Amino acid sequence: MQKSSLLSIATIVACAAPTLLAQTYGVGRPASADEVAAWDVTIGPEGRELPTGSGTAKDGAQVYEVRCKECHGDQGVGGDHAALVGNPEQLKQTPPLKTVGSYWPYATTLFDYTRRAMPFEEPGTLSADQVYAVTAYILHLNGLVSEDDVLDRESLPRVVMPNREGFVRDPR
Amino acid sequence: MKSRDATRRSFLGTGALAGAAWTACSSPEAEAPAEPDQPSSLGTPVRRYGQRSPYEKAARGVRESQTPEAASSRTPLDQTYGIITPSALHFERHHAGVPEIDPATHKLLVHGLVDRPMAFSVDDIKRLPSVSRVHFVECSGNSGGEWSPAGAPTVALSHGLASCSEWTGVPLRILLEEAGIQPEARWVLAEGADACLMQRSATLEKALEEGIVAYGQNGEAIRPEQGYPLRLILPGWEGNTNVKWLRRIKLTAGPQYVKDETSKYTELMEDGTAWIFTFEMDAKSVITAPSGGHGVDGPGFLEISGLAWSGRGKITQAEVSTDAGQTWAEAELQTPVYSKAFTRFRLPWEWDGSETVLLSRCRDETGYLQPGRAELIEQRGRKSAYHCNRIKGWRIAADGSVTSAEV
Repeated sequence: MQKSSLLSIATIVACAAPTLLAQTYGVGRPASADEVAAWDVTIGPEGRELPTGSGTAKDGAQVYEVRCKECHGDQGVGGDHAALVGNPEQLKQTPPLKTVGSYWPYATTLFDYTRRAMPFEEPGTLSADQVYAVTAYILHLNGLVSEDDVLDRESLPRVVMPNREGFVRDPR
Repeated sequence: MKSRDATRRSFLGTGALAGAAWTACSSPEAEAPAEPDQPSSLGTPVRRYGQRSPYEKAARGVRESQTPEAASSRTPLDQTYGIITPSALHFERHHAGVPEIDPATHKLLVHGLVDRPMAFSVDDIKRLPSVSRVHFVECSGNSGGEWSPAGAPTVALSHGLASCSEWTGVPLRILLEEAGIQPEARWVLAEGADACLMQRSATLEKALEEGIVAYGQNGEAIRPEQGYPLRLILPGWEGNTNVKWLRRIKLTAGPQYVKDETSKYTELMEDGTAWIFTFEMDAKSVITAPSGGHGVDGPGFLEISGLAWSGRGKITQAEVSTDAGQTWAEAELQTPVYSKAFTRFRLPWEWDGSETVLLSRCRDETGYLQPGRAELIEQRGRKSAYHCNRIKGWRIAADGSVTSAEV
């Protein structure tokens, strides 16, 4: 008796299982691979999604001069908008100075944000080569790559940012 | 205004005789026509889309900015009633301006760690089972000025980067299940269709439990400033995770560490480390009436009213002190109390006309009690720019003027 009720419970669970799984409605349409590729600009911290292309700080200095300096200042400081150059020691001062060099944990983030959101008034207009170059220039100003280092999808994720280990999950 | 009303009342009170005298006399001052007891002409006809009274001037607070497309505007919380923020007064925080989006061509892409990448039109989304929920949205930078002892002078400036709406849309879970969630998926990346393609990572757990892809706000389509035609709502989480103009959801194994969850919206501690993914907005309350900038017109009865909210659930208690924190009285909560929503509290009060400080504090269903400034700084230090939820005080001077009380 006990065995058979266990068995029937098992049967009920087995029968109920499909309804516990996700119900789908057949609404929406499959997205094509091209459609996804065109929009998937996400670049994670490992940089696997980085595009082809490359640039050096030397190239980037020219891009920066024309497209970035007006807002971010000469050599990444002193502009009306975010300072781009600093070191983690500046996080301890009051008020703290949060910059690419002092605060950002991943170099890939700099590429991602620059590519999709900069320059402020003309976002998305820099080529992949230009983004690699200006990323290299900003990292160079922070002393993290040399002037002739070539940044591309292989080398950029290997740049270790000074504050990489500075973040902890919210303990609240 | 008062003297004019008094004149009119006395005129009406004296009746026809006085009326005759007024006609005969016709002194320049008396020539102004008296307001009739009943309008003598018709009002405006019906119209297709309503407007507020021309006498009502409540407006969002906007500060001058070099980049008004990447700026914020604040809800005048002192001029809203109940718990719903009028959509036109909902605070704004944009990073690259408000895009104009045709809903007929807008699509939401769901891809990444899914079995079937899917594209949904706005019409597709409206076919699916829907929910309506009342939730606040609060910028995590709200009340940033309250880290200082002085605090901001008005409630719009101190707390106006928070608003509350009824949001209608499809549970995000439904859209993700249409695409088929793969077992390795743990996070979602949400992206907007604004010029900077605003992005934030959120946990898949939150997306499945409470995420809504909303198309409705307070009974009509979401306003462009709030994300028309689609906005992600992650109830109780910092405002910018509620991605506006939602066009893409990518399921991923880990967070993406995008700019706005690393360089911004992280909490720097005194030792130089920073808390990341500080999603939940802790319990907060503020008195909206009386509040800074509004004078109290003499002693006597005065209802104290305010708002309380928590990103961790329902508000269970709001208390008000009318003596600078020496004693606390339980305020009445407007019901129903919704989870992760503005909760209106009210307390009747007789002001005796002497100078005092009004304070409010609240508790949520987790038992968390809103902290004072010293307590908050003890927990967080002074380098954290966001998530300031300390108790706010309003000083009422003997002349009835109301200012921010220094703590």
